[in-house]
Amino acid sequence: MGKSLSILTKNFNNINVDTVDDYLAAGGYEGLKKVLSLTPGEVIEVIKDSGLRGRGGAAFPTGKKWEQAAKVKEDSYILCNADEGEPGTFKDRYFLEYDPYRIIEGMTIAAYAVGGREGYLYVREEYGRQKEIVLKAIEAAKAAGFLGDNILGTDLSFDIKVISGAGAFICGETTALIQSIEGGSGRPKIKFQRTAVSGLFGRPTLANNVESYCVVPALFTKDAQAYLSQGTEKSRGTKVISLCGNVEKPGVYEVPFGITLREIIYDLGGGIKDGRDFKFAQIGGASGPIIPKSMLDIPYTYEDFGKEGYSLGTGAILVADDTNSVAEFMVTVQEFFVHESCGKCTPCREGNRQLLKLAHKIADRKATVEDFLTVKRIANVMNKCSFCGLGTAAPTAMVTAIQHFYDMYN
Amino acid sequence: MKTCTLSINNKKVTVEAGTTILEAAKSAGYYIPTLCNHPDQAIKANCRICVVEDKTSGKFVASCSTMVYEGADIHTNTKEVRELQTGILELILANHPNDCLNCIRNESCELRKLCERFHVRNYNLAHETDIYPIDNTSGVLVRDRNKCIKCLRCVEACQEAQMVGVLSPSYRSVNTNISAGFGENYDETLCTFCGQCSAVCPVGAIYEYDETEKVWEALHDPKKHVIVQTAPAVRVGLGEEFGMPRGSKVTGKMVSALKMLGFDKVFDTDFAADLTIMEEGYELLSRIKNGGTLPMITSCSPGWINYAEGFYPELLDHLSTCKSPQQMFGAVAKTYYAKKAGIDPADIFTVSVMPCTAKKFECKRPEMNASGYRDVDVALTTRELARLIKNAGIDFTNLEDEDFDSIMGASTGAAVIFGATGGVMEAALRTVYEVVTGKTLENIEFDEVRGLDGIKEATIDLDGTPVKVAVAHGLANAYKVMEMIKNGQAKDYTFIEIMSCTGGCAGGGGQPVGANKSIKERRIDTIYNIDKEMPIRKSHENPEIKLLYDEFLGEPNGHLSHELLHTHYHQRVKR
Repeated sequence: MGKSLSILTKNFNNINVDTVDDYLAAGGYEGLKKVLSLTPGEVIEVIKDSGLRGRGGAAFPTGKKWEQAAKVKEDSYILCNADEGEPGTFKDRYFLEYDPYRIIEGMTIAAYAVGGREGYLYVREEYGRQKEIVLKAIEAAKAAGFLGDNILGTDLSFDIKVISGAGAFICGETTALIQSIEGGSGRPKIKFQRTAVSGLFGRPTLANNVESYCVVPALFTKDAQAYLSQGTEKSRGTKVISLCGNVEKPGVYEVPFGITLREIIYDLGGGIKDGRDFKFAQIGGASGPIIPKSMLDIPYTYEDFGKEGYSLGTGAILVADDTNSVAEFMVTVQEFFVHESCGKCTPCREGNRQLLKLAHKIADRKATVEDFLTVKRIANVMNKCSFCGLGTAAPTAMVTAIQHFYDMYN
Repeated sequence: MKTCTLSINNKKVTVEAGTTILEAAKSAGYYIPTLCNHPDQAIKANCRICVVEDKTSGKFVASCSTMVYEGADIHTNTKEVRELQTGILELILANHPNDCLNCIRNESCELRKLCERFHVRNYNLAHETDIYPIDNTSGVLVRDRNKCIKCLRCVEACQEAQMVGVLSPSYRSVNTNISAGFGENYDETLCTFCGQCSAVCPVGAIYEYDETEKVWEALHDPKKHVIVQTAPAVRVGLGEEFGMPRGSKVTGKMVSALKMLGFDKVFDTDFAADLTIMEEGYELLSRIKNGGTLPMITSCSPGWINYAEGFYPELLDHLSTCKSPQQMFGAVAKTYYAKKAGIDPADIFTVSVMPCTAKKFECKRPEMNASGYRDVDVALTTRELARLIKNAGIDFTNLEDEDFDSIMGASTGAAVIFGATGGVMEAALRTVYEVVTGKTLENIEFDEVRGLDGIKEATIDLDGTPVKVAVAHGLANAYKVMEMIKNGQAKDYTFIEIMSCTGGCAGGGGQPVGANKSIKERRIDTIYNIDKEMPIRKSHENPEIKLLYDEFLGEPNGHLSHELLHTHYHQRVKR
């Protein structure tokens, strides 16, 4: 298994995205055409059968989410979360840049399936160039009749607005993202109803990650078989990963679920840079676990990672060679969270502050056994009591680093 | 009613569906710790200290924001729940100055009470406090962000209940803090100084600008003749500061305490409230007769005046020109009373005790010197009076009752109800009806304008002319009324009462902290009971008011009245 699959990523670097022509020539919009011949219920069945789980990190079953949105009588806003902010994650950037029509097609299919007329694509502020590309693609799709009123001569009318973030990591969290679009400050908000019932502007909303939308068109074309034949029973299909750090060939790869980290790093990534030794990897972004060499053969699936108590997160894999210090890395991670916590809830705001101090203490080789116990205690408070996923996941790196590298002082 | 049966610490409880776990636990006899939660506010779920274990789902949830469900197995006191709750408390303390001994809130601090409950003795977290400058330039409210625990109660009070929008959370993570305006001090913003932020703050992060020392100084000065007036709502709030039941009537004890503190005369703002009714009533009649601007709006509440001057400068003609009772009292004290008592007004020091922080702002307004002196020298809040009494070592709860002094101490039931929303309107109607019709008003209780509905309406028949009135309390409701006036939808109203705070002065920003709607209701009930017990219940029948007009002012709304008792308003702009 030496190379990346190219089912979802087949258009990367292969098509001109200035017009919709290349996308069409590569089989684009075949999915939507097929979808328009089905009932919305049938479309949702296909999504459910595919076993697709949200690719933004939370891994919520996409079909179930769509079903909930479809049950709501009113139109839903079709929201695309392109606020790709997890450090080390850049796969959505590739879709935005190299295959924007696929995102638009996926969102349009969602509009048909759950009932929606307006879409919002929330793109992180730092993706200025990608935002321009998407805006151009939306115009081109509109001119070609793939967006706007009566798409492909049907009753389906759908359009997409692009909203730029303002640089806050927290806006990848759906309720914060929604607040940000509404003009509020990007902080998560308490909700007593599902987003499907009351989301953007208090209206029914379907929110998915870029990659999730990009899987959708493939499920309705001849690519479906190729896609669905990959993976395991519980993790079907492929995952687009961002491989970075001390590897020879960092980049975006489409991998089948079930591949091992070792294969990803050594076969796809060409091994550790300059022939050095592997020290640790962080899986799924700054919120993800730090794993040692001994875990490299765990299959990359929801279920196998779940057994360890981990999630795949966004699909980021950050590799560190033996010149790196785990303790120094913990400082970097905690600095990130102290910078990005929104400050709303006590555990995340104050917990990250404390963890950073402790990370420094550990890196400075001044930590006592009591300090390590304090990390564990604070991490537990953060994990169980934080308001949103940012705070619950923020201590993962430190906890797992200590768990796997308890001998880091030696 | 749809109900839900669940188990809390293995005890079965049945509650209404849609109840939070926090409330359900209360009914099972458990107080789950809270900080950001406030019964009058929306659920925020910021502080997270109310975490409990849901053994059915295997999750730990914030009980303030999680609804009960059938069969839930909730535990509030397991080892891990206590560890988590203590952990959150310790995280807060690690960023808190923890200088309780020097803190104005000390005994009334909700955080300190939780420390006591959780027996926090030593914790090993790194102590890192904030170092923001203290906002104390307004002379009304003080903001010490270093003590802030980011519960956001003040923000909600400012943005939702009051719709003033001066306070908001700014910055993020460890830099999160509550900003006034765009990082300004209160007095550089359009803050109305209603003080509701200080009334809901669980800790010592927002509080009244303490002026008790100024009062001690005056009391200790042998040359000064120090007089005090007490607002209607103070007598139903003050007892709470001494552990008495919420809403206790402590008028007589309060008068005794003030005399023991050494005030030369203890007078009643209620006297000035009756005077206000005379002036405002006659002003209303004059506006009706002479085609003046209607609807006329009351002007007793300085938070409301600040709001109108800041946000509706184009509608200031609707405001009654009458000064508030506090200021009428001051102007009369340093003229009429000074003359009668044969004291040089320069030697008179007037202190007022108010349920209100905005009264401090009002008495410091440059124009409030009609007597030739500061009409009111110091305005204290209910909380500060309690501080004076405690400071003097007075055994408040065991005091015998005493009566107000004459000649500015007599009052009526109409005056005391100024302390409740709708009270000014009711008092005015009692007088205006009798003045216009010449008949005796049989039923003097106007139930339509009582209670905690945000906007109330009534119509009174004045000898064949129906007069429509409205009452609003809480500035969010003031906003609604002002928008109606602005859009020409309030033309059929003749008279409107607006109070800055929910519940009126009983719920004022200077009242004892920790109040909520039901506590405000208890204070209001006591106010109406006092009214019922009063021998005179109409302002125009107050014998001392009659004497004041006979001996000094001449007639209501007359020339001297306008000099001393009326004012004008100006647009407030951001500095």
